[in-house]
Amino acid sequence: MSIASGLRPKSPTERLLAGNSWLVFAFFYAPIVLLIFFSFNDNNNVGIWTEPSLRWYGEMFRNDEVMRALRNSLVIAAISTVVSTILGTATALALERFRFRGQRVYDGLVYLPIIIPDVTMAVMMLLFFAQSFRLMEGLFGFAPEFGVGTISLSHIAFNISFVAVVVRARLGQLDPSLEEAAADLYADRWQTFRRVTLPLILPGVAGGALLALTLSLDDVVVTSFVSGPGATTLPVYVFGLVRRGVTPLINAVSTVMLVASMLLVGASLVLQRNPKSNDSE
Amino acid sequence: MSIDVRDTQTEVHLEAAAEKAASRRGFLLALPSWLYLILFFAVPLVIVFVYSFASRSSTGLTRLERWNLESYRRLFDSLVAEIAFRSLVLAIATTVICLIVSYPFAYYIATRRPLVRNVLLVLVMIPFWSNFLVRTYAWRVILGTDGPVSQLSQAFGGEPIRLLFTVPAVLIGLVYGFLPFMVLPLYAALERMDWSLVEAARDLYADGWTAFRKVTWPLSRPGVVAGSILVFIPALGAYVTPAILGGAKTTLLGDYIVSQFLAARNQPFGSALSMAVMAVMLAAVIVYFRSGARNL
Repeated sequence: MSIASGLRPKSPTERLLAGNSWLVFAFFYAPIVLLIFFSFNDNNNVGIWTEPSLRWYGEMFRNDEVMRALRNSLVIAAISTVVSTILGTATALALERFRFRGQRVYDGLVYLPIIIPDVTMAVMMLLFFAQSFRLMEGLFGFAPEFGVGTISLSHIAFNISFVAVVVRARLGQLDPSLEEAAADLYADRWQTFRRVTLPLILPGVAGGALLALTLSLDDVVVTSFVSGPGATTLPVYVFGLVRRGVTPLINAVSTVMLVASMLLVGASLVLQRNPKSNDSE
Repeated sequence: MSIDVRDTQTEVHLEAAAEKAASRRGFLLALPSWLYLILFFAVPLVIVFVYSFASRSSTGLTRLERWNLESYRRLFDSLVAEIAFRSLVLAIATTVICLIVSYPFAYYIATRRPLVRNVLLVLVMIPFWSNFLVRTYAWRVILGTDGPVSQLSQAFGGEPIRLLFTVPAVLIGLVYGFLPFMVLPLYAALERMDWSLVEAARDLYADGWTAFRKVTWPLSRPGVVAGSILVFIPALGAYVTPAILGGAKTTLLGDYIVSQFLAARNQPFGSALSMAVMAVMLAAVIVYFRSGARNL
């Protein structure tokens, strides 16, 4: 509602601000647009435009390694999203709605995975799995391998916290008297949760789940440390390719990943269009 | 029914029991993720901490028997100090550039009509949610020898520009990657600001600049702090950006740590480096909470 009164329309300051904004938008989008544009280029060389074609998309679908990595990515993202959404929501409820012993320590522990740098998290997971697999080898004579399992476990470890923070923000905005009213009307705890709390926090839960999904689909650093020789994810596979050089195939895969991200943004925006959440802000 | 006869003793007991039951329920609700985070986060953290005091055998194996501070002493070697200094300078430069670019940008968005504002905000959210690796890769295409920047320069009769694998390339990548992290908190702070205070300042004959300096800027400071921390922390530990856009001479802390585990096979030293980076981050976060910006 509030337009900066200090700025009359079309003042020089205003023009400078507008100019800066369009430059920033160009900076944001030019690389993305260029990448998508060149993914439709029928040439072995990325920078030289010859003619439009879907050649590299065909190549992508025929590439077994890309398809295997894609499948792994989707499986891991699905597992880690479901598990971390359930655990993260429970965490948010426990922290926001209850007082219990050890809560403050727990509160700190939940925030740490968000703050900790990717690289440190990656090192932690690598040493942990290496150490515990060595231990299992000694105890049982066999140990699991690095792969989909280790990647999923690591993704859940950082996703719980992100889901918890998002859901907690939603719970914090909630009017506790609604839950009290349900209890006053003889709803038991489970009914109160099912009929009142859950529907109200659902946009937050869905937002947290989408964030977890995105983080899992995008992660490179942690995943590259805990992936095995036979099992890697799409971003880690692409990362390996990129380090060796630029190819049009990477452009095609990247475009697919970009489109997937944008679909997720769209989904999260639709979820946030809940009129309730607009009012409270 | 003796409602009137209130047995306070029983009431107190009941209340205490109810409280205890609620406390138990909260604990049970938190228990699964509590256990998960202890096993898959706290224990790994302790392992890295322990490893940072271990020593490395000549074959690259980690020996846990003799604890020592050798890895921490190496943090002060000139090579490490150089890498740490470069990382710090790049992280600060990234933060400052992001702030200078984002502030007027966020200000512009926050002062639009609500409809325009929402559209512009969506346009900021899209790159924010897009795959970081892919966005960084795009700059590798742009800055490469046969990329558009170089081609443009050649078209005008210039030399082919080789920005890729240099420090400026890494800086561009970092700014591009983390810019949305600065824009969003700044926008949040400016959008919820009480603009009537700026009007009041203008009514009291403050010129535009004074009103900004004395009112808008102090009120938006929580956003500035939050955005700076959100950019500084990942920029300091960045691994993907230097790995894709940097070269041998632009090693940053992130890829240096990774190389200790994958190439050099010096796990104790890599662990000590990780702990050091984490200490810096925690310090930054404490600054963040102290500054009262936690509501953003």
